[in-house]
Amino acid sequence: MINITIDGRKLQVPEGLTILEAARENGIEIPTLCYHEALEPYAACRLCVVELEREPKSQLVASCVYPCEEGAVVHTDSEMVRRSRRTTVELLMASSAHIPLIQELAAQMGIAEPRVRLESNDCILCGLCVRACKEIVGVSAISLVNRGVDKKVKPPFEIASRDCIGCSTCVFVCPTGAIKLEDIGEPKLVHHWASDFQVVQCRICGDHYLSPEPITDYERLFAEGA
Amino acid sequence: MNPNGTFLVNEIEDIVLNGYQNSMNGSLISILEDIQDRYHFLPKDALILVSERLGIPLSQTYSIATFYNAFSLVPKGKHLVSVCLGTACHVRGGGAILDKIRRELDLDSRETTEDFQFTVEEVRCLGCCSLSPVVRVDNDTYAHMTQARVPGILKKYQREKEALDE
Repeated sequence: MINITIDGRKLQVPEGLTILEAARENGIEIPTLCYHEALEPYAACRLCVVELEREPKSQLVASCVYPCEEGAVVHTDSEMVRRSRRTTVELLMASSAHIPLIQELAAQMGIAEPRVRLESNDCILCGLCVRACKEIVGVSAISLVNRGVDKKVKPPFEIASRDCIGCSTCVFVCPTGAIKLEDIGEPKLVHHWASDFQVVQCRICGDHYLSPEPITDYERLFAEGA
Repeated sequence: MNPNGTFLVNEIEDIVLNGYQNSMNGSLISILEDIQDRYHFLPKDALILVSERLGIPLSQTYSIATFYNAFSLVPKGKHLVSVCLGTACHVRGGGAILDKIRRELDLDSRETTEDFQFTVEEVRCLGCCSLSPVVRVDNDTYAHMTQARVPGILKKYQREKEALDE
């Protein structure tokens, strides 16, 4: 067991826990966007930062990946932490201020209007869909492509994915609703990755499931030549 | 190889198998660099083939290929002409040199010549501002560039091609 102090509370936690896990187990709330219990932590959103007391001065660490250390003193809601989180949320608002989840965070932190504005975008690049597709579904149909301001979630070559099985895990895990599942009437379903799937009705339970169809985009790609 | 034409599966197999037999895992970037060196870009089916050979999901290979500026997914010319437009080169007429090169190669709005001999790109500082304005062709750096020197320099690389053709 490891002794750690979070927000003045002395806690004993098992070795190997991250600060976020230790805090949540003890009812201390730390906001997160890119964290999901079922997935490997990613430390991308920087919303889970906490202040770790250090000599000569404290430092901010991402609690979702930082392991609890013996004797560590952590503050989850200090002035340093609040300032950092405010900036993070304000930057997210630049392109995603219309997303309810972001609005909720902004309201909590008292930010009315961001100082910068970018083109509106539903996706906050938290990478949950990419990691769910890789770690849970195991097909890695999508990934983050390009970098910097051009970064986005797309299947390879930005055409309908050959590996997508139409499970819609990405739709389920997406916190902002950027990935959409569109019912365009029987028997077709279309989602964000532009893959078409035939919906088949189970003869026993009556429920619907998806069966992957051959994807014409790939045929087109090879017809073009490399 | 002709960038528009057929691309040889065997050549990629060569690169992957002969170069990296003992260390396939973790060699993705080196392999992509080798392919980029040989073809001056990353052909789509090369990415697919490399992913299959290494057992890496295509989405991950594509992610890496699009992340690094050193990789290109569109065919590039045999010679890469980098015209510096950093502060020093810009002030000393880098823009006019770039225009002259583009006119000389008949580029209009394209980056690469039709015969895939040259790709012209702007760069922000090559790190030798005292030589400004600077143009780099492949690994050769040309200092204190003038518009008048452009045709001669380009010819040197065109002649290399003609010599090879003969």
